[in-house]
Amino acid sequence: MANCASLEELVRLQGEHVRSLKQQKANAEQIEEEVAKLLKLKAQLGPDESKQKFVLKTPKGTRDYSPRQMAVREKVFDVIIRCFKRHGAEVIDTPVFELKETLTGKYGEDSKLIYDLKDQGGELLSLRYDLTVPFARYLAMNKLTNIKRYHIAKVYRRDNPAMTRGRYREFYQCDFDIAGQFDPMIPDAECLKIMCEILGSLQIGDFLVKVNDRRILDGMFAICGVPDSKFRTICSSVDKLDKVSWEDVKNEMVGEKGLDPEVADRIGDYVQKHGGVSLVEQLLQDPKLSQNKQALGGLGDLKLLFEYLTLFGIADKISFDLSLARGLDYYTGVIYEAVLLQTPTQAGEEPLGVGSVAAGGRYDGLVGMFDPKGRKVPCVGLSIGVERIFSIVEQRLEASEEKVRTTETQVLVASAQKKLLEERLKLVSELWDAGIKAELLYKKNPKLLNQLQYCEEAGIPLVAIIGEQELKDGVIKLRSVASREEVDVRREDLVEEIRRRTSQPLCIC
Amino acid sequence: MPQLGFLPRRACAALLSQMLRPPRAACLPAVCCHSQVAEVMLTSQLKPHQEKPNFIIKTPKGTRDLSPQQMVVREKILDMVISCFKRHGAQGLDTPAFELKETLTEKYNEQSGLIYDLEDQGGELLSLRYDLTVPFARYLAMNKLKKMKRYQVGKVWRRESPTIVQGRYREFYQCDFDIAGQFDPMIPDAECLKIMCEILSGLQLGDFLIKVNDRRIVDGIFAVCGVPESKFRTICASMDKLDKISWKDVRHEMVAKKGLAPEVADRIGDYVQHHGGISLVEQMLQDPRLSQSEQALEGLKSLKLLFEYLTLFRITEKTFGEKVRTTETQVFVATPQKNFLQERLKLIAELWDAGIKAEMLYKNDPKLLTQLHYCENTGIPLVVIIGEQEQQEGVIKLRSVATREEVIKREHLVAEIQRRVSQP
Repeated sequence: MANCASLEELVRLQGEHVRSLKQQKANAEQIEEEVAKLLKLKAQLGPDESKQKFVLKTPKGTRDYSPRQMAVREKVFDVIIRCFKRHGAEVIDTPVFELKETLTGKYGEDSKLIYDLKDQGGELLSLRYDLTVPFARYLAMNKLTNIKRYHIAKVYRRDNPAMTRGRYREFYQCDFDIAGQFDPMIPDAECLKIMCEILGSLQIGDFLVKVNDRRILDGMFAICGVPDSKFRTICSSVDKLDKVSWEDVKNEMVGEKGLDPEVADRIGDYVQKHGGVSLVEQLLQDPKLSQNKQALGGLGDLKLLFEYLTLFGIADKISFDLSLARGLDYYTGVIYEAVLLQTPTQAGEEPLGVGSVAAGGRYDGLVGMFDPKGRKVPCVGLSIGVERIFSIVEQRLEASEEKVRTTETQVLVASAQKKLLEERLKLVSELWDAGIKAELLYKKNPKLLNQLQYCEEAGIPLVAIIGEQELKDGVIKLRSVASREEVDVRREDLVEEIRRRTSQPLCIC
Repeated sequence: MPQLGFLPRRACAALLSQMLRPPRAACLPAVCCHSQVAEVMLTSQLKPHQEKPNFIIKTPKGTRDLSPQQMVVREKILDMVISCFKRHGAQGLDTPAFELKETLTEKYNEQSGLIYDLEDQGGELLSLRYDLTVPFARYLAMNKLKKMKRYQVGKVWRRESPTIVQGRYREFYQCDFDIAGQFDPMIPDAECLKIMCEILSGLQLGDFLIKVNDRRIVDGIFAVCGVPESKFRTICASMDKLDKISWKDVRHEMVAKKGLAPEVADRIGDYVQHHGGISLVEQMLQDPRLSQSEQALEGLKSLKLLFEYLTLFRITEKTFGEKVRTTETQVFVATPQKNFLQERLKLIAELWDAGIKAEMLYKNDPKLLTQLHYCENTGIPLVVIIGEQEQQEGVIKLRSVATREEVIKREHLVAEIQRRVSQP
């Protein structure tokens, strides 16, 4: 309709006029008047069209957590946090963005994946890429020399998301780190112990922890003849060995990155090796590798680490793997990554695929980059990749057809007859005041059947039914949704009875 | 201009750091230029693990870390808030930290300057969420949900001027509870207020008061007082300041700065300085001028229903006007009847003689609602109402101001009052 079209045009123009007034920081009263005009115009468009259209999606690579997913998430975090606390960690929190310069130069090739905030006239900011750099910044800022902390929060990476594999642009990390100068390898061993405890408790299947050391990698490259300038880029090629064949990796190194084929072959001799502590000892005897001081340092530490891991009872879960490279620039010593050996799947379904569910390592130089005097604080830590774990647990629950409740309501306050809203309101209020988790339908005269159905859908185990006769007798009918059995309970005993049946502790929230 | 050339690394960094921090008044384009150059020089000359910082380490303006001690406090508080939400049957929800820019800018006309935008890095245009309500609406629409009772606890971001002392940050937590859906009126609204009371009591921060109003009443008042429609929102914004500045100053702003006619402002003043409990609602329902506004009547009726539910939830005393009592009066003597002054005087004397603290209005023929209003404002817990019918039958209405009526025989009155006031 011509009218509508010109009205929409007026709305658009008026909207722009308002926006430009605001940008010019015009007189407040003037802006108010123009805004009022805009709203009036919009109202004239009619009720449907004055409703602004929502673009109904979350940004690429992000997702909402539905109530069901929140329930899963809560369970998983519970297990993880209990473990961190068991090992004596404190908890901190940092802002979601940092000064851009804080993050610059810390992530090597991955720096291009950082989300920047728009320059709006203030400081230049970027969304945090991980929780480790903020941690180092926190240590330097507060001049701390030692702390054992965990931090659970979302991080942001402009990756190419593969959502089916649980890979997002916004995702949770659960980090645990030990900062401080201590006797070698004991904190490192505790980190690996924590990883094993958590992955074990989550019951997501068998897993393996690969371990390597940055110094061994660098030493190995050196003796194989990799030019210094190509270290990092060859490193990231080698890192792909868990997903791609050696042939493909070699092609990338030689064909794309200009590495000498003989050098590539020499690398190949090493990086395809993995084993237990015996491999460490074998390499300590390797004529070429033992000439390299760096590699020797790394191998010595790994030997010590294996001793401690044996005492911790987890040596059988650990594999010394020379192809483990890890992308991040700041690792200086031991590095590790946990992978699931097989993801539990329903018959005929695509497995989620092998991917790492936890990783970490030692990074002794990071804090020094922030400290004005370059003071070093050695750190070692781990990060649990919970998003992948969420997917696995969700899949598992779906497969088992176990009902996941999204609320914790213990009892629904219901009535069978009409005009009992007031009584329901009074009773539900009494229950809330006693700390009982209770609900009622927001209807003056709901049908009993609807109320019972609501309980079944939400998984609410009990119904407290108010009836006129029962009110006169001073009782409430308490009904078990599962068994459909009903019993009259004296009003003054109701709270206690509900607690008993839901085995609720006596404390009031 | 100093030579940049090839300087020793440290000197280079020091020189650059000087250049990167010119006085505020200096031309910004020059600084941009320098900082770009600085970046190039640093990354090419210094190896990554040898970079020396040439900036002050800090969190961004208006944000802060939470130390372990602060986290303990925060976790206690959030635990208590979430427990309450769960106790009322809410489901948890979480949404991304950023939304598509268009999702936000369409909804926040007023605040669009305060939204953090993400840089255009070749993909979708994004902005950090400004609150949790718009994401909730987006979630409902996206999932075609018609009903939901949800809570969400998460950070939001606003580029406001932070005032750390007042606890006002650019990054801060919000704990939202919302009930979406078409239901019978005022029941969900009452539950929201119940939740607020439970949480504020549970946190033990001290006494609190919840102020309640209705948009339709506000608009109705404006309409009947003669405020031009185009000025509704701006006058509303002035009125909102009444909790911080006096009516005199608010009125001045309305008249002098917003061009409102003085008589209109005065008429508004008659209404907006009222606060009280359910009796104020009833009083306003009978106001001749206000009852010309359909809107206002609707709002008042809703509030009346709300107060009934809040009474059943036993939280009405948290929604009264005055919290701190300055008198110890136990019972008020009232009447709806005209020419009942003598009866009131006789009754009140009986009460005084029995040692009961009692009051009445110094008016021959006060309106009942005015008397009830007085009780609520001064916190008098009981009111005795006498009228002709009750007089003849020898009974008196004794009413708890907070809950409900009861009818008592006159000779039992004193005993009943004494019984009630000695109860905790």
